[in-house]
Amino acid sequence: MEKIETSYDYKPEFTQLNLGPTHPATHGIFQNILTMDGEIIVNAEQTVGYIHRAFEKIAEKRPYYQVTPLTDRLNYCSSPINNMGWHMTVEKLLGVETPKRVDYMRIIIMELARIADHLICNSVIGVDVGALTGFTYVFQWREKIYDIYEEICGARLTTNIGRIGGLERDFSPACLKKIKEFIAEFPAALIEFTNLLERNRIFMDRTIGAGPISVDRALAYGFTGPNLRAAGLDYDVRVMNPYSSYQDFDFVIPIGTQGDTYDRFMVRQQEMWESLKIVKQAFENLPEGKFFADVPDFFLPPKEEVYHNMEALIFHFKIVMGEADVPVGEVYHAVEGGNGELGYYLVSDGGRAAYRLHFRRPCFIYYQAYPEMIKGSTLSDAIVTMSSMNVIAGELDA
Amino acid sequence: MSTISNGYILNEISEQFPDSVIDSLESYGMLSIEVKANDIIAILSFLKTHPQIQMNFLTDVCGIHYPDQIGKELGVVYHLHSFTNNVRLRLKCFVPSEKPEIHTITSVFEAANWQERETFDFYGIEFVGHPNLTRILNVDEMDYFPLRKEYPLEDQTRTDKDDSYFGR
Repeated sequence: MEKIETSYDYKPEFTQLNLGPTHPATHGIFQNILTMDGEIIVNAEQTVGYIHRAFEKIAEKRPYYQVTPLTDRLNYCSSPINNMGWHMTVEKLLGVETPKRVDYMRIIIMELARIADHLICNSVIGVDVGALTGFTYVFQWREKIYDIYEEICGARLTTNIGRIGGLERDFSPACLKKIKEFIAEFPAALIEFTNLLERNRIFMDRTIGAGPISVDRALAYGFTGPNLRAAGLDYDVRVMNPYSSYQDFDFVIPIGTQGDTYDRFMVRQQEMWESLKIVKQAFENLPEGKFFADVPDFFLPPKEEVYHNMEALIFHFKIVMGEADVPVGEVYHAVEGGNGELGYYLVSDGGRAAYRLHFRRPCFIYYQAYPEMIKGSTLSDAIVTMSSMNVIAGELDA
Repeated sequence: MSTISNGYILNEISEQFPDSVIDSLESYGMLSIEVKANDIIAILSFLKTHPQIQMNFLTDVCGIHYPDQIGKELGVVYHLHSFTNNVRLRLKCFVPSEKPEIHTITSVFEAANWQERETFDFYGIEFVGHPNLTRILNVDEMDYFPLRKEYPLEDQTRTDKDDSYFGR
């Protein structure tokens, strides 16, 4: 047989592909410079910091109560959790005991925020695999949560909800009605959303095995929150270091086994049910009492008292001018944020503002694992991996 | 679940590294130990592999600047968490601002990679041996370290704002 001469000689040829900074599928501003061999990702190089706003520096100049709006802008899908985390950090520094009612009100708000956060994340995974319906559908339910925020604090996205020591006002009858309606009506909507995606063959084929990470690697990379739990470790700050009376509630921590996109999706789905359970328990057992703790140095007195009562006027002035005394010390306080352990490391030198405030942003820490998770996979898998990690640009860049 | 006390951790570290522990303080339930910067890798590996303590999770790394502490101006603060014992621990190392060098801990905890880059970015602390010590959140062209205390937040050339009116 004659040997056929061939001049074809395979040499791998790599293509550079810029995924981002402004790419519709990255849901935020971050860049990945991908080295591609055909459709396979060989390497990824990340650039972050596009919306860095120097919050840590700003916080060193502002009185404590003015830091709350900064925390709104970290994970803006669940701002109330960030706000509450910050209030609790300052309360820990001051040694404030909050009444049970405050704790329960906070828990209702925080768990609603968690539902809103997970709704966005999970429905966006659907969008990235081509299922827009779920996204448009659950957005109405996020709207309803935002309506509840609006009843509580007047704002919707960047909420600045609550104050150091409690909440700015008690739940209004309209707010209680809305929460009640939400508890009653949301399960049907979540079931519908579940039916759209959870056992959907196309969705499962697209997400199972996409962007997996083992529990050891996840721990090494500092994963927390749903992403770590999807890999199989049941670490949840709400259970490990209960804050705000979480120990009073009955809920389970859902975990996955594979750490892939589908597991992350499923963990978030289950967490929404658990959050709803917590909201329901807190709502039904909402204790009577004050909606603020006794910290006149930080909690603004009622406005009508300010006009007629000398003491209230003095405290009002002191708070607004940021003249309140704080102890010297350093605290670390962590809350279970929308996507992991959101920590505040606060160093106080007794001055009006923090000497140093560091945000432990879960996104920033686990996003560094992204190249390892997508190497060897296709571009389309890389997209769903990113959306399932719930990387929020505001939190990533602080 | 077993729990170990902060005193036990401090004892274990002091026994193993008698010259390294400079100061310790327990505040708000968390033990905070100041150790010599040179020993940080050894201490972290010891804590991570210790059969009882098992500090297996690096929560956070961040910098801090005390311009008045001569010779110990810049600090690196490590927050550790032992999941098995549910104990948190804070370690601090200080380095002089003339030679702000400390060994990277990426060999012990990979999560430190970006956090050390962030610390370098804002405080200029050089992490010796770090795989990719470049700026992360600020622009590459930046030639100063913005979170150091010598860079005040507000524009100091402004004359229309008198600090004394604002209680500063």
